[in-house]
Amino acid sequence: MLGRLKMGLAILALVASPALAQRTDISVGMVLEPPNLDPTSGAAAAIREVTYSNIFEGLTRFGPDGSILPGLAHAWDLSDDGLTYTFHLREGVQFHDGAPFSAEDVVFSLDRARAEDSTNAQKQLFAAIETVTAIDPLTVQVTLSQPQGAFLFNMAWGDAVIMSPASVASNATNPVGTGAFRFVRWVQGDRLELERNPYYWGEAPALERATFRFISDPSAAFAAMMAGDVDAFPNFPAPESLAQFQADPRFNVIVGSTEGETILSMNHQNPALADIRVRQAISHAINRQDIIDGAMFGYGTPIGSHFAPHHPDYLDLTANSPHDPDAARALLAEAGQEGLTLRLMLPPPTYARRGGEIVAAQLREVGIATEITNLEWAQWLEQVFRGHDFDLTIISHTEPMDIGIYARDNYYFQYDSADMKAIMAELEVTSDPDARTALLQAAQRHIADDFVVAFLFQLAKTGVANADIEGLWENAPVPANDLTGVRWAR
Amino acid sequence: MRRAPLTLLAGAALTGVFALAALVSLLWTPFDVTAMNIGARLQAPNAQHWFGTDHFGRDVLSMIMVGARISIAVAVVAVGMGMVLGVPLGLLAAANRGGLLDEVIMRGNDLIFAFPALVIAILITAVFGPSAVNAIIAIGIFNTPVFARVARGGALSLWTLDYIRAAEVSGKGKLRISAEHILPNIANLLIVQGTIQFSLGILAEAALSYVGLGAQPPMPSWGRMLAEAQTMISFAPHLAILPGLAIVLTVLGLNLMGDGLRDSLDPKLRRAR
Repeated sequence: MLGRLKMGLAILALVASPALAQRTDISVGMVLEPPNLDPTSGAAAAIREVTYSNIFEGLTRFGPDGSILPGLAHAWDLSDDGLTYTFHLREGVQFHDGAPFSAEDVVFSLDRARAEDSTNAQKQLFAAIETVTAIDPLTVQVTLSQPQGAFLFNMAWGDAVIMSPASVASNATNPVGTGAFRFVRWVQGDRLELERNPYYWGEAPALERATFRFISDPSAAFAAMMAGDVDAFPNFPAPESLAQFQADPRFNVIVGSTEGETILSMNHQNPALADIRVRQAISHAINRQDIIDGAMFGYGTPIGSHFAPHHPDYLDLTANSPHDPDAARALLAEAGQEGLTLRLMLPPPTYARRGGEIVAAQLREVGIATEITNLEWAQWLEQVFRGHDFDLTIISHTEPMDIGIYARDNYYFQYDSADMKAIMAELEVTSDPDARTALLQAAQRHIADDFVVAFLFQLAKTGVANADIEGLWENAPVPANDLTGVRWAR
Repeated sequence: MRRAPLTLLAGAALTGVFALAALVSLLWTPFDVTAMNIGARLQAPNAQHWFGTDHFGRDVLSMIMVGARISIAVAVVAVGMGMVLGVPLGLLAAANRGGLLDEVIMRGNDLIFAFPALVIAILITAVFGPSAVNAIIAIGIFNTPVFARVARGGALSLWTLDYIRAAEVSGKGKLRISAEHILPNIANLLIVQGTIQFSLGILAEAALSYVGLGAQPPMPSWGRMLAEAQTMISFAPHLAILPGLAIVLTVLGLNLMGDGLRDSLDPKLRRAR
């Protein structure tokens, strides 16, 4: 009898204890689902928002403030001529499948990323690398063709992570990295689960399990947050609800900056949009503040070029394309493009769907008709980003320091400017900080003067989280949901 | 002269209000529904904007008026399409009752009927892209079997009557009998069914727009207004309540009207009175 009572108490204690102990699981909401899970072969930010630092790691990594921290390399030396980096790798690191991590994996990953047939979305990160050699299992030497000030920064990107040759082929669906979490499963269209990697080389994360849930509908996101189905939504899709979360003591609202230059992108293959007067007219038709207020409820900073306002080299060029419908009409008349009709393709995020309606109204004001088509994320990547089948689209470019996309061949907006390419090529070989600043500002001015696209605003990071969660990134120096430092305070 | 039933009057009055709003919107709305005025967004109902403004500063009253026009236009055309396709099919089936053609038509009907209406609509808009026209086609298609069944059912009972037999004996062809004798006698059934389908059409249009498959922006539509208002319901409830009420009242009006019409048109009920 007593034994049974004891057992009963024990069961009761077992049942009750999880409520008393700190939670070690988290459910994180995301608007967009990654198309695959291999960050070295896709441009979608959602891939990195799941994998960065959680599953995959690079030689260096970004801290929450954008600083460069040691990653798989705990230290490095730079030769006096600025051409040779010697990376000292961490000991005792292994991949999730048990394969040991060594210098050979670094050589393999960097050579793969910079190869001729590489599918890496950011090949320019590796352009300066001449050779990568393994000196011994824990030392890698990287020789550059010219000194590159941003090399350690480049190596911190989600696109420069180190993979094992054994698992590289299946990383798109079953990612195997060295990070603090390992992949459990991905229920497409619903969620993706991670668990703590018991063999992690660094400090073990506080969380045991993490689930990313994909909720693109803003009202569903609101309901999921309110019901506690989702513990944190680092990029909450309904900015209008933030005031309500702010007033609720159960939640923390975290507003920070992102590297997301949100632009009204134009397809230069379209004969009308190849005319700078039409592009300038569109830029003058846009009222940035109205878009920020109407679509984002005031969260966002107007930009006049493709550069983050919190960056020290930022130039405020918004005055270059002020809201001026009369000037826009005059330019359109001059170009002989009255009665122009353009297709506007909108991906799912709120900034695009709502911003698109406002942009359409503003363009109508100056006599440009638009046909709006709402696309799902995979469709947008396929049709617009890869297929170049669009006239206008709204998208936020969330990679850091990505002004170089305007010098890229065959990038989706199809801009081709020898001058811009020359500026970026010179930037590559310049390491003097003042000269770099001058070049970066020249680049900002060049694309603003060429009205390559209409620059709208810098996306704010508007996150909502359970008030008991600590350690989420406030800003987004790269697209990432780094969960290694996240814990429940209560 | 009998008095029209109260339900018919109430239904006609409710429907009339929205039909009038739709008609007026062709010529005039208080504000331009496509013009945005971000500075005046999210106003509660006031003297200038009787129904308030939405998150883009558009006048909600104007949007509901134009939305009424879209809803009614989509429903009228879709129900008309269902009638034009369905009624001849039903008459043809009844004229060939028991024959192969009857079987083919009615089993084809069953096939369309077996799909949930909204699934057909989503299929069509998924293939041809979302637009008001495709919404009309989708709603029209799932209206077709309804009218075919009603027409066939009504016609079958008539085919056994003596005056139809007499027409047959006098040498009139099946098609001519269907058109000259059967159709006028099932017209009341079709009108009642049409009214009911009309209210279902309004609902279907709202549902399709709600999920983003109906009329596309900047064209206002009740369903999309509801969808957009969802995340703002806590601080701008008028954005959800007003288009919601518009849908409810229109559908209620049409249903009342349908009931009233049946009461006054159905020969059986008329005889019983």
